[in-house]
Amino acid sequence: MTTSDFDRVRPPEPPGRGRRDGKRRRRARPGGGDGSREMPMVPEAEFTSYYGRPVVKPAPWGHDVAAYLFLGGVAGGSAVLAAGAQLTGRDALRRNSRLAALAAVSLGAVALVRDLGKPSRFVNMLRVIKLTSPMSLGSWILSAFSTGAGVAAVAEIDRMTGERLPLGPLRPVLRGVEGPTGLAAAALGPELAVYTAVLLADTATPTWHEARDELPFVFVSSASLASAGLAMITTPVAETAPARRLAVVGVIGDLVATRVMHRRMDPVAAEPLHEGRAGTLLRLSEGLAVAGGIGALLGGRHRGVAAAAGLSLLAASALTRFGVFEAGIHSAKDPRYTIEPQKRRLAARRAAGITDDSITTSG
Amino acid sequence: MPQLSGPTDPAADARWPDVKPRKGFFTDTSICIGCKACEVACKEWNRNPRDGDLELLESSYDNSGALGASTWRHVAFIEQKGDRIQEARESGRALIDLGMPGMGAPAAPAAASPDLSETPILDTPEFRWLMSSDVCKHCTHAGCLDVCPTGALFRTEFGTVVVQADVCNGCGTCVAGCPFGVVERRSDGTVAPKTERGERKGEQPDVPNLGVAQKCTLCYDRLLDDETPACAKTCPTTSIKFGDRAEMVTLAKERVAELHAQGRTEARLYGANELDGVGGTGSVFLLLDEPEVYGLPPDPRVPTADLPRMFKQAGLAAAGMAAAALLSFIGGRS
Repeated sequence: MTTSDFDRVRPPEPPGRGRRDGKRRRRARPGGGDGSREMPMVPEAEFTSYYGRPVVKPAPWGHDVAAYLFLGGVAGGSAVLAAGAQLTGRDALRRNSRLAALAAVSLGAVALVRDLGKPSRFVNMLRVIKLTSPMSLGSWILSAFSTGAGVAAVAEIDRMTGERLPLGPLRPVLRGVEGPTGLAAAALGPELAVYTAVLLADTATPTWHEARDELPFVFVSSASLASAGLAMITTPVAETAPARRLAVVGVIGDLVATRVMHRRMDPVAAEPLHEGRAGTLLRLSEGLAVAGGIGALLGGRHRGVAAAAGLSLLAASALTRFGVFEAGIHSAKDPRYTIEPQKRRLAARRAAGITDDSITTSG
Repeated sequence: MPQLSGPTDPAADARWPDVKPRKGFFTDTSICIGCKACEVACKEWNRNPRDGDLELLESSYDNSGALGASTWRHVAFIEQKGDRIQEARESGRALIDLGMPGMGAPAAPAAASPDLSETPILDTPEFRWLMSSDVCKHCTHAGCLDVCPTGALFRTEFGTVVVQADVCNGCGTCVAGCPFGVVERRSDGTVAPKTERGERKGEQPDVPNLGVAQKCTLCYDRLLDDETPACAKTCPTTSIKFGDRAEMVTLAKERVAELHAQGRTEARLYGANELDGVGGTGSVFLLLDEPEVYGLPPDPRVPTADLPRMFKQAGLAAAGMAAAALLSFIGGRS
């Protein structure tokens, strides 16, 4: 800032515009606005950013991907239920779950391809098998699962249509392999439900990466309760006792895993899970999951109650996925969620005497 | 699986039969004049299309915003007053007091920590501009490369990271995988209708590689012909230096020691430490304030470093789901 004679004719600076030095500071917002949440037990962090612009970029994914997170879980869980029904002789549950698995995985795959920047190149996903890429492993899991679930479901469709599918000499083959392929799909079902958690966690998106230890448990619980819920809608109550039990276990797992996740995460990185639209979705999801779980436990033998509870569980799972998805995207868009946890962990390491692993060095 | 974290030679780790010396940049922001010739040279050489709508962003002289699919060099401008300069000087001094790093590559004699008691006490200017040309870091452990499902991103024999635009299917995983927010999926910017007058004047050339991840290639095409990358070639002040990465780190250490000896303790290096969260970066920077001031992450960590643990957790969770289903059916027998 120079001083010259001309400064006298300069108009006075308007108040409140003193932030022209490229420095933006914000105070860490204290807990929730509702006063029910405790204050974070960390010092209020001051942080600087470059004109408030994000440090990391959000994944360029639309709601198609969030929908896939949900559908993949439903498909994986349904295949597991179908295999259980197959082995215990519950024909209606087996048929409906096999069909559900194929429908969900097909819709999910369409959603995934739609979200690609070059949908015509979706088959490039199977160019390599890459252990460091959850997306690569997931593509292979999805392909193998779809094959197994597809064969099993086609066999069901053939039976339902009175063997009218033009299968010719392949019909005996199909009858022979439907059992094993159904079991193979079931073996891949939990992997299909869980890999998306690793896919999200293996990114630089702060909220997803910070949730990496518990997100797999949240996702398998969500998949279990959703697929069980779907079975409770589609299948007569006489055969859905296992689905109801799975639903209750899923709800308990969902509640416990979500709570542990929130408690263990860096409070700033966890913030997007509590606040804004994502926070609303996740709170709603929890309410619906509890309602659905109680419905399954107490009224599951009544067809109407079971269907309502199943619907509630499906909605809960969808909301969980959309909530986690949106929280992560939001956390990448605000530099605070990247910078504050990183500064804190750096300071913690320095305080512990570890000074040799910083990216910033004095020489 | 390749090595997921820690010091390594990335090209050898990628099993190149003929590993070339690792190439990198040293961007010395203390002599950057903010001319943006690097941004222009990069755009011209790589034929990158225009980015956005040519708006004024109200961020000093920076109107290109950030690194992105079509902006592979980005010059940051930060305006600071005296108090902030003093803070930067103190935070730099705190780094020196920590004795960091004292590890990694053997320090050149000139790079030894200066005796700060004998350095001159500088007058703090009332105002300064920080200017820094940011670029892809070409990490030793690159998050984008690790998570790419198609093999479109690959490690070159020079230890750099390059996207094969004809292989990438635009899944976007790399965008989220980069701890520095460098790589981006290219869009043509026509998401919003153009309503204002004067926008999109004249013919715009077709946008190449639409829907595909794009980022700095460290001018792989030029390296193959023993040429210097366009940005380093054009830089009028030699703020952007290019060469073997080891040589760049040595240069950087000498330069920071020189600045410290002048009492400019705000100077610090970014990316020169191979023990950091990404195993050291191919692009090394000399900064004059904390990294986040420039929009750089203060403690980046390649997400894949935690992948073995994530797989373990996922395996446990999947087993849990299978067990829950099993119990649900077994219970039904009773």
